[in-house]
Amino acid sequence: MRRLNVSEMTALETGAAIRSGKITVVSAAEQVLDAAEKGNEKINAYITICREKALKRAAEVQKKIESGEFSSPLAGVPFSVKDNICTKGIRTTCASKMLENFEPVYDATVIKKLEAAGGVIIGKLNMDEFAMGSTSETSYFGPVRNPRNLSRVPGGSSGGAAAAVAGKMAVAALGSDTGGSVRQPASYCGVTGFKPTYGTVSRFGLIAYASSFDQIGPVARDAADCAAIMDIISGKDSMDSTSLDTECPGYLALLTGEVKGMKIGIPKECYRTPGLNPGTAEKTKYAADVLEKAGAVVEDVSLPFLDYAVPAYYIMASAEASSNLSRYDGVKYGYRSENFSSLSDLYSSSRSEGFGKEVKKRILLGTFVLSSGYYDQYYLKAQRVRAKIKKNFEEIFSKYDLILCPSVPDTAPETGKSLDNPLKMYLSDIFTVSANLAGLPAISFPCGNDSSGMPVGVQIIGKAMDDVKVLNAAHAYQKLTDFHKNFAEVKV
Amino acid sequence: MKRETVIGLEVHVELATKAKIFCSCSTEFGGAPNTHCCPVCTGMPGTLPVLNKKVLEYAVRAGLALNCSINENNRFDRKNYFYPDLPKAYQISQLYLPFAQNGFVDIKTKSGVRRRICIHEIHMEEDAGKLVHFAKDNSTCTDYNRCGIPLLEIVTEPDFRTAEEVTAFLCKIKSVFEYLGISDCKMEEGSMRADVNLSVRPEGAVEFGTRTEMKNISSFRAIERAIAYETKRQTEVIENGGTIIQETRRWDDAKGQSISMRSKENAQDYRYFPEPDIPPVCISKEEIQHYKDICPEFADERAERFIREMNLSEEDADIISASKNLADIFEETVKICGAPSEVRFWFMSGLLYYMNESNTDACDIKLNPEKFAEFVNIVQSGKITRISGKQVFEKLLSGDDFDIMTFIKENHLEQVEDTGLIEEAVRSVISANPKAVSQYKNGETKILGFFVGQVMKKLKGKANPALVNKAVADWLDRTNNNIK
Repeated sequence: MRRLNVSEMTALETGAAIRSGKITVVSAAEQVLDAAEKGNEKINAYITICREKALKRAAEVQKKIESGEFSSPLAGVPFSVKDNICTKGIRTTCASKMLENFEPVYDATVIKKLEAAGGVIIGKLNMDEFAMGSTSETSYFGPVRNPRNLSRVPGGSSGGAAAAVAGKMAVAALGSDTGGSVRQPASYCGVTGFKPTYGTVSRFGLIAYASSFDQIGPVARDAADCAAIMDIISGKDSMDSTSLDTECPGYLALLTGEVKGMKIGIPKECYRTPGLNPGTAEKTKYAADVLEKAGAVVEDVSLPFLDYAVPAYYIMASAEASSNLSRYDGVKYGYRSENFSSLSDLYSSSRSEGFGKEVKKRILLGTFVLSSGYYDQYYLKAQRVRAKIKKNFEEIFSKYDLILCPSVPDTAPETGKSLDNPLKMYLSDIFTVSANLAGLPAISFPCGNDSSGMPVGVQIIGKAMDDVKVLNAAHAYQKLTDFHKNFAEVKV
Repeated sequence: MKRETVIGLEVHVELATKAKIFCSCSTEFGGAPNTHCCPVCTGMPGTLPVLNKKVLEYAVRAGLALNCSINENNRFDRKNYFYPDLPKAYQISQLYLPFAQNGFVDIKTKSGVRRRICIHEIHMEEDAGKLVHFAKDNSTCTDYNRCGIPLLEIVTEPDFRTAEEVTAFLCKIKSVFEYLGISDCKMEEGSMRADVNLSVRPEGAVEFGTRTEMKNISSFRAIERAIAYETKRQTEVIENGGTIIQETRRWDDAKGQSISMRSKENAQDYRYFPEPDIPPVCISKEEIQHYKDICPEFADERAERFIREMNLSEEDADIISASKNLADIFEETVKICGAPSEVRFWFMSGLLYYMNESNTDACDIKLNPEKFAEFVNIVQSGKITRISGKQVFEKLLSGDDFDIMTFIKENHLEQVEDTGLIEEAVRSVISANPKAVSQYKNGETKILGFFVGQVMKKLKGKANPALVNKAVADWLDRTNNNIK
């Protein structure tokens, strides 16, 4: 058997190699496990690496593949899962002291689907605590580093996912995106990250941050991998009332690589964004050119509410988070303080000690905007802004197929610089949050580096339920360019 | 100065669906602690609520039966607060857009007062768990079996003025819900709970006084006691120049007092906001019409029909028709044996007495109409007297399967019609009571009843009463004549 290294292959390539017998499921898993363990000291992308479980499972999957049980092109592929997605019997921490030893007794729906398709889970990925953050520095288990440059952050909150895929420590990953948490780290690390239309992928088993924004999405080496993963994880789930009642279109099968005739709009407001990295602006223009040459029509459009997207997002997401995180009270599961003398002490000690600073900040903010006397001014108003943003997008999509813009205004910042400047950090979500506010499908894919050599990500946003169109545009771009084939060498 | 008491109710009713409101756990009563739960109703991380459609059906039917308008689009909201019996630290309820509003219930109290009580709104919500205290080591444990049990909360306008009206209203709700088959409304078991909002004001005043809310009232009698106590307490405070504090008070039935708990609504901010995990609930016009169409005949209509068709008195008809179970037994039995007044006799004298003594709820009575009808026929045919019949009826109520005639024979309950035996008994009673005989002769004809009673006693209640009556009367006349 020729020595393949799946850490350098796409998920589809890995699946094909397994199916054709060029590599066994166990070998594939071992390769990724080895790479993960080796690189983790420097990168800290993983909170838990489940070697024993993974190899046992890999052996089972191998047998089933040989007996023809799986039909997915990704059967046998090793997967890494963000640590806010519940895996039965494997601790799921949300990178928090609060759930440090929490072992769910159930699998998230996406995990069930992944395993039913023959996926092999090799570990749980590091992240910002409870998915709140843009740098993966708020983790209780230590920050994640960007494999492209260890002095830079990988982005957040799915920083572990993006770093692992970029740093050859994972083949493909599942992350979660609430305000950009899949797309922004994908952009910072130079990999591809996709956020599906809200409701396309079940949230059952995704530990909630902001219920009306959260979506699980793939972080992988290219758009085709993302499409193949979508085929596995998407679909109506009776355990999630917000999951949409639609047929899975067959994402991978519908990728044509053609964008002829596609009408793409670039919001003119983006280029006026304060702090926009000139490299980012340049690469975005470059991406637009590539697509135009491939037959798309690129024009300017307007997103006048862009400036209100970030405040509306932080108000609503924090509000929902403050409620979603109330269940962590030290009574039933999770961290319980040892210092308390009354019930309210139990609550405040457990929560003060169990939560990190950023989480506490957002809980306070969320509680404030929901409190009597402020609800109308903040929460209700933010809801109205959200509705306006949705409508704005609908108007654009009545004339255009897709929107193109940068994923993030800048490339990955240096470590340790962001948390003391929260407003700047929040504002860097400006291009990603509107897709969450409006529930739209959006993808970030690499398109070169800035002058400091850090990856730039470009974003394509589509109309609700147009996930295939979005994936296809990125796929078309990746057929014409090579940026996504760039891996990071993690020097250990 | 004359004051009036103003009362509004918040009534919680447990819906008798098989599964909980947001998950598929069983709602069965009892069960060892934490055995009827799942990750969803215990608020484990990552779990999500899914509305049980049956709950919505029961809710809409209840709303229609209480004359409410149904909101075709309604929503759930989160009510946020921390307490160990609330695993998610929020309760999924409906605040901004409940499913039913602006209804009414017409009541008739025991003393005949008729009133219309308006319903402000009805909404769906989930129940919380239970805290169990162990005195032994002063510990408290949580039992989440009750978490997620579906509740309807019925909020009335402050239209009540007396405790009698409150109990009449609660009985009406219980009756309606039993007819719909959606809840058994048993206060003692907690499937119906009433919180009483009470204030006093000078009679004729337009503005409301400050109200208090009383919780933990678990029987109709306790409601009466609580209302009486709180009215007195508030009146005394006002008359002594004090002010009523708006607060929640716990009713302690053993002590007969209400005890202050916390300031209602002033201390707690529940930070209500729309529940993002559940999309807006949509009920179509067609569904609403369907539920209207399948609405059963309720107690009032049924009582009127009983009066019309079976010649029952208004009072009897009201009592029998209040419970669907009893009304069904009654109607079915009469259909088979065709003797409404005999059936009515056994209902009013035998059944009600039994229910009171054994503390059995009307909806739990098990009485087989066919057997009951057979029994009625046997009594009517004279094979046994009503007095002997009591024993048979008791056995019928026990629900045991048995043959009535065999039971009668084995227990020697057959009616005595042997005139010889009767004469013998009459003779012996009369000769043993010469004083009574003189009284009779002196014109106290009512004494006849005494003799009849004594003869019936001697014959162990099994003698044909008509024959006994005649025999006694004849004997006394003869004695009279003899002396004359």
